[in-house]
Amino acid sequence: MMDFGTPVLEPGSANGTKQVPQFNPYQDNGGTVASIAGDDYVIVAADTRFTLGYSIPTRKISRVLKINDKVMLGTAGMQADTCALHKVISTRMRMYEHDNNKRMTFNAVSQMLSTVLYYKRFFPYYTFNIVAGLDDKGEGWVCGYDAIGSFEQRKIVCNGAGTKLMQPVFDNQVDWAQSWDGAGKPNLSLEQATDLMKDAFTSAAEREITVGDTLQIYKITKDGIQLEEFELKKD
Amino acid sequence: MESMSERSGGFSFDNVARNHVLEEKGMKMPKAAKTGTTIVGVVYKDGVVLGADTRATSETTVFEKYCEKIHYIAPNIYCCGAGTAADTEHTTAMIASKLELHRLDTGRQSRVTTCLTMLKRHLFQYQGHVSAALVLGGVDLHGPHLYTVYPHGSTDALPFVTMGSGSLAAMAVFESKYKDDMTLEEGKQIVYEAISAGIYNDMGSGGNVNLCVITKDKTEMLKGYAKENMRPWRKSTPYTFPKTEVLTSKIDKPRTDISVVVESEKMEVSAS
Amino acid sequence: MSGDGCVAIASDTRLGQQYQTIAMDVPRMFKMHDRLFLGLTGLYTDTQTLYNLFKFKLSMYKMREGREISPETFANLVSSTLYEKRFGPYFTEPIVVGLDKDNKPYLCGMDLLGALACEPDFVTLGTSTEMLLGACETFYRENMNEDQLFEVVSQTLMMATDRDCLSGWGGVVHIISKEGITTKTIKTRQD
Repeated sequence: MMDFGTPVLEPGSANGTKQVPQFNPYQDNGGTVASIAGDDYVIVAADTRFTLGYSIPTRKISRVLKINDKVMLGTAGMQADTCALHKVISTRMRMYEHDNNKRMTFNAVSQMLSTVLYYKRFFPYYTFNIVAGLDDKGEGWVCGYDAIGSFEQRKIVCNGAGTKLMQPVFDNQVDWAQSWDGAGKPNLSLEQATDLMKDAFTSAAEREITVGDTLQIYKITKDGIQLEEFELKKD
Repeated sequence: MESMSERSGGFSFDNVARNHVLEEKGMKMPKAAKTGTTIVGVVYKDGVVLGADTRATSETTVFEKYCEKIHYIAPNIYCCGAGTAADTEHTTAMIASKLELHRLDTGRQSRVTTCLTMLKRHLFQYQGHVSAALVLGGVDLHGPHLYTVYPHGSTDALPFVTMGSGSLAAMAVFESKYKDDMTLEEGKQIVYEAISAGIYNDMGSGGNVNLCVITKDKTEMLKGYAKENMRPWRKSTPYTFPKTEVLTSKIDKPRTDISVVVESEKMEVSAS
Repeated sequence: MSGDGCVAIASDTRLGQQYQTIAMDVPRMFKMHDRLFLGLTGLYTDTQTLYNLFKFKLSMYKMREGREISPETFANLVSSTLYEKRFGPYFTEPIVVGLDKDNKPYLCGMDLLGALACEPDFVTLGTSTEMLLGACETFYRENMNEDQLFEVVSQTLMMATDRDCLSGWGGVVHIISKEGITTKTIKTRQD
């Protein structure tokens, strides 16, 4: 249901009671996307709960777009904008492939998304994105974006509704951010990263009501993309 | 000093003016916890079954995962609460203590209508600002009673009732499956299904299903009647952490030259 | 956060007015007696007012009853005191932490109106409550000993305050057990 808002009284009009209908083109459909990058892999995870207010219109919606065998895009926020954005990105990706006769690299995709988002600077897509992929050397990387295209390339990013609950955990376990000298910093294997991702989402589902249902984990390695589905709480 | 002297009861409005100024200057007030909640009640052949979920939220964050929303009023009366958590907790506690005194005074079992009238008077007095939406159930000498009380003080008496953000989901179950003169098992089952509908389809509700069965002779609380939403999974390998650097450390031993009597006896409240 | 026969309470030490840091040595936890702590987040004037008020009330309780208050009774006292000001609340969210007479951990959080949330595992409140919740959910384990409890509590405090610009500037952890109270200050980022 689109929210047309409550009429607002506008001061300064004749008797101070002129009614101006307000239209709010945005809605929040929840969703959390996260990604952990390693030396030779990167995993992208997103929950599949689609929320509207306090209700759940559907429990199984995909927030992840496969760009090619090496790069994926995950989007949280408003689902209609997510669909629109994914369509634009897919089209631009195909045009790039035809123009240049090669696949888009991770860096090319991350730069393009920033441009596409900033193009709508004053009527933005209500989306929070991550682009994860393997670079030319096969190393995993992930970029995190705000709604208007500012981005940063890191080893761990999460975006969307559960960010506040999950980010500190990743900072600690992946970035070893609370260490002064970096001593003992682990180099997570693909299995360890997957387990950490599941645990972080399970924890977020306990405490954030918009996180839940199913967790889709895409594992990108040099051998291609593999999908694992993991059940979260349904309440 | 006024706050340090004995108060006679009732709300204190000392901070109202101060808070108004602070908020005008742009200070953000912390958000009060709400019980997003699904609460229901149904009358069956021999009494009343009340049901509630166990989630309390503050915005979209879960404030308490397994809280108790079926409040004690009297041995034969219980009350489910939805709305602002503090209001439901303290309003029911206040009525419970008034009824306790009333029982000590009269030596008779409390009646559900007495409780209902006290609740609606209190809520109406505050014009909906005490935001407690209640499902009140009990059995007295007139038989089983089931009521809903709205925050503004209006009430309903019905054979099956629902309240809270999950009330529509729960009511859908009642409307399709309720029948007159159900057995105890049928009563518990329909309440369980109604609460579950709220838990799964309303994000404000979640956690376990708590039930309370009240009959003429006894009251039974069934906490955790269904526990379908405990944490499903935990990483099996332990976590390691970066080294925690301790700057100072000191140990405060309790004093042994004086003996401290730790509270051991409960206050006497019921007439013996 | 609770452990096996012990319980920990921790807070950062920043006092600020919006983004302006005023002091860096102000923990929000107060020892009420040998086995009971009170944590008061939020507006600092209310923190001080309430601390003084509860210190007074506990003195009165101790004189009248000739014994120390149990954590559960104290939590209800705090709750009633806050609810009395239902329509003009104190801007504070308290935590009551202690050991009961059987040395079992008791912990209880409240919102500003005095709605009790008593949990067996952990409670978090304040500006970085969501970050703390996520971290505690992930790292909490049942029946931790004092050392494990200290490590988990201090790490969760650090990782949450590092992501919250309104908290930080050092941390203090108290661990209450039947042997006494261990107080440790931890080295954290100073920004």
